[in-house]
Amino acid sequence: MTRAHGSPVIVVAAGAAGALAVYALGHTLWYGVTERGIALAFGILIAVGELARWGGRRVSGAVAREPAPLGAAGALAYALLGESGGRPTHHGVLQIIAVVSAATLAGAVPHVATGGGPSPDHLIRRVLTVGFAAVCFQPLYNSGELQDLVGLGPLYAVWLAVVLALTALCDAVLSAVLIRARTHWPYGPLLRDELRALVGIGSAVGATGAVMALAVAVVGLWALPVFSAPLLLTQLAFRRYAAVRTTYRQTITSLARATEIAGYTPAGHARRVAVLSCAVGRDLGLSEADLTVLEYAALMHDIGQLSLVDPIPAGATALLPSAEQRRIALLGGAVVRQTGVPSDVAVVVERQADPYRDQPLTARIIRTANAYDELSRLSGPSGVLTALERLRLGTGHDYHPQVVESLSRVVGQGV
Amino acid sequence: MRPIPVPARLLIAVVALAGAACVLPVVATPGIRWGAVALLAALYAMCEWVTRCPFLGERAPRSMGAFFPVLLAAIFLLPAAAAALAAVPGALLGRVEQRPVAPRRIWRGGQLALACWAAGQAHQLLGGRASLGAGGAPDFPYALLPAAAAAAAFCLVMAVLDGLILAAVGGQGRRLTALVRGAGAGFAGSLAPTLVHGLAGLMMAVLWVSPYGPFAALLVLLPMYISYWVFEQYHRERSAHQATIRALVQAVDIKDEYTRGHSERVGKASVLIARELGMPDDRVEVLRFAGILHDVGKLGVPTRLLRKDGPLTPEERRIIELHPEYGHEMVRGIGFLGEARTAILHHHERLDGSGYPYGLVGRQIPEFARVVAVADAFDAMTSTRSYRRARPVSEALAELKRCAGKQFDPQMVRALVRALDRHGWHPTVTSDETAPVQLPFQEQQLSRETATGTAP
Repeated sequence: MTRAHGSPVIVVAAGAAGALAVYALGHTLWYGVTERGIALAFGILIAVGELARWGGRRVSGAVAREPAPLGAAGALAYALLGESGGRPTHHGVLQIIAVVSAATLAGAVPHVATGGGPSPDHLIRRVLTVGFAAVCFQPLYNSGELQDLVGLGPLYAVWLAVVLALTALCDAVLSAVLIRARTHWPYGPLLRDELRALVGIGSAVGATGAVMALAVAVVGLWALPVFSAPLLLTQLAFRRYAAVRTTYRQTITSLARATEIAGYTPAGHARRVAVLSCAVGRDLGLSEADLTVLEYAALMHDIGQLSLVDPIPAGATALLPSAEQRRIALLGGAVVRQTGVPSDVAVVVERQADPYRDQPLTARIIRTANAYDELSRLSGPSGVLTALERLRLGTGHDYHPQVVESLSRVVGQGV
Repeated sequence: MRPIPVPARLLIAVVALAGAACVLPVVATPGIRWGAVALLAALYAMCEWVTRCPFLGERAPRSMGAFFPVLLAAIFLLPAAAAALAAVPGALLGRVEQRPVAPRRIWRGGQLALACWAAGQAHQLLGGRASLGAGGAPDFPYALLPAAAAAAAFCLVMAVLDGLILAAVGGQGRRLTALVRGAGAGFAGSLAPTLVHGLAGLMMAVLWVSPYGPFAALLVLLPMYISYWVFEQYHRERSAHQATIRALVQAVDIKDEYTRGHSERVGKASVLIARELGMPDDRVEVLRFAGILHDVGKLGVPTRLLRKDGPLTPEERRIIELHPEYGHEMVRGIGFLGEARTAILHHHERLDGSGYPYGLVGRQIPEFARVVAVADAFDAMTSTRSYRRARPVSEALAELKRCAGKQFDPQMVRALVRALDRHGWHPTVTSDETAPVQLPFQEQQLSRETATGTAP
């Protein structure tokens, strides 16, 4: 991670966002705020949304992508606000950026105090995307050209939706670039996952921003509290989902530890195989859903050994006859099917010992990662090289050559 | 399939006729915007159809709660009879979980038509439609009042009808109690979500009559839909999580087959004690998990030892006595278990310090561990083991009282005695329990806190 901080992409993005925010704040303070009531109302909304953000930095998936949907929606709504209660507004791009930055930071203060503030990426994205949306909308609106072009009717709503869609695309690209700069994961799959996430929380945030902007245009500031209530529902739903997901993962990890505590497998084996499998899966460009399946299956891949009467020496299945390996795999699949994880996971566990040509990619990865962990442990100090050598020798039948190559890359990067 | 009782048939027929009576005046009502009626009806029907759309398969949402904003928007926008009409096609198309399908659909149609009509009347009575501001500015905050009244009326009619049908399909006698209880619980549980939906519906209605038109109104549905989709995922993930916990317990049961069902029964007894002690619900839930998982460390003990008949050698006993530490090691990383983790570690401690693993004394032993120890001993005595038959409950309680103060916390023993006096002991194993019954208002689960939902 140390080299990521020096990554030029991050420096440029953070510098641009920071300079923009500082300039906007300075400009706004110097020339004063137009329509103070509206700015204050939106500022409070954004700060409250930020205050109600969820999760620490370690959660993954949709939650990590947009941890404060109410704040994000409020910021977009302010950027796209034309009229308020039937009267035109006059705030410009710089004021929008200033209000959004100040409110986001204000809402983040309590979180920073407890050690869980927003990540720098989150702030960078917030400033840059809101700036983008505001630049697309406000100059056209404030100069009156938008009203001449589309009028204040249904087309206006469509125009807002289009601007929001563009903003969402920009945000997805920016987010993928930032993650890529930090982690060096391949860019294509990252962008694909970001775009896929747009269908979920991304579109909810965008639609909410549009609705708030339009509702304030019709009703005035009353629209903010009225429509925030249903949105808090969304936030609550996401929060609970994140909580139960975390718990679920912890429980699966515990179940996986059962084989270690029972003395069937060496300590930490399941976790190491899971980490390695996920790294290889990322390197090979698996989607986020596949990575989850891969992680669960890797954690539980040895669970079938619980059904054995006598432990295998050192729990190393890679050196057993293949019929025996397959029997244990089937036993494991039977246990996994009871645990309520998606049946994909059970399939991967069941087929982890098949020849690679019959396996799905996830099972190939687990088979290779498992063999690597066992072989490198068994062969002493030169374990890593010996293990890779033996895996390469097995690429004719057992291990998929591409997976083995990816694994050696990942190991070389020090996972 | 159980035949439908006669009272229920009558009730369905009456409600269907009443629903039709609400809808029919629509033909005679002047000035109805049929375009809006058709659009809202089609929208609601489409939303309902999505829940059983074969293409979406597993990913389709189950509950229809997401679409109440459409109905409420129809109530705010249209005359009562037209709003009732807009609800009917969707109700007839909706997903039905249990058989018989046709009577349920008819019931649903009649129920929604009546509820929409009543809500529409309430809205109209308070001058709701004028407050939406067609052609002028909407009258806020006054518009909130008719909207809230309409949502409450909608909720009330739905709840009363749900209570009626529950009473009608229930057995002889106690119908009135079933009615009151069903309606009361339904109303209390669904009022808050319906009011929130009312706000979304109000936003839809306001945007619909504004110059921005129906497209802007449709945007309101997107976040609502997504929040329900996420909620579905939440429930799916939660039941998967519960299945995983059960799998852990079953893994113990497979190893130690004499004690099958022991874990769940200890969970139940622990809950009885906890309720008697007046613990808050979230702690009770955690304590239930403590009871269920107290022996999970036995996964780490060789099967041969667990199944051994006859006396154990000191060496073997020492190995078996490691199981609390194994269990604690296993569940250490499960955040939501909280205090339950210490209960798993200390459930074999005794008050006089002669227990294991640490030989803690008196109040040093965590409260949860003292509860689980009593529940564990009670169930061990009252269930049949390989080497002896089950003892009657009274005898087990006498034994517990005898050991209270030395081995068990007297407070917990007294709580168990009181709880058993009140509720009795019905040890049925529920490891194969089915999914919870679908409630008419699925989203009432929103307002319920659960142990897994409040995990950090």
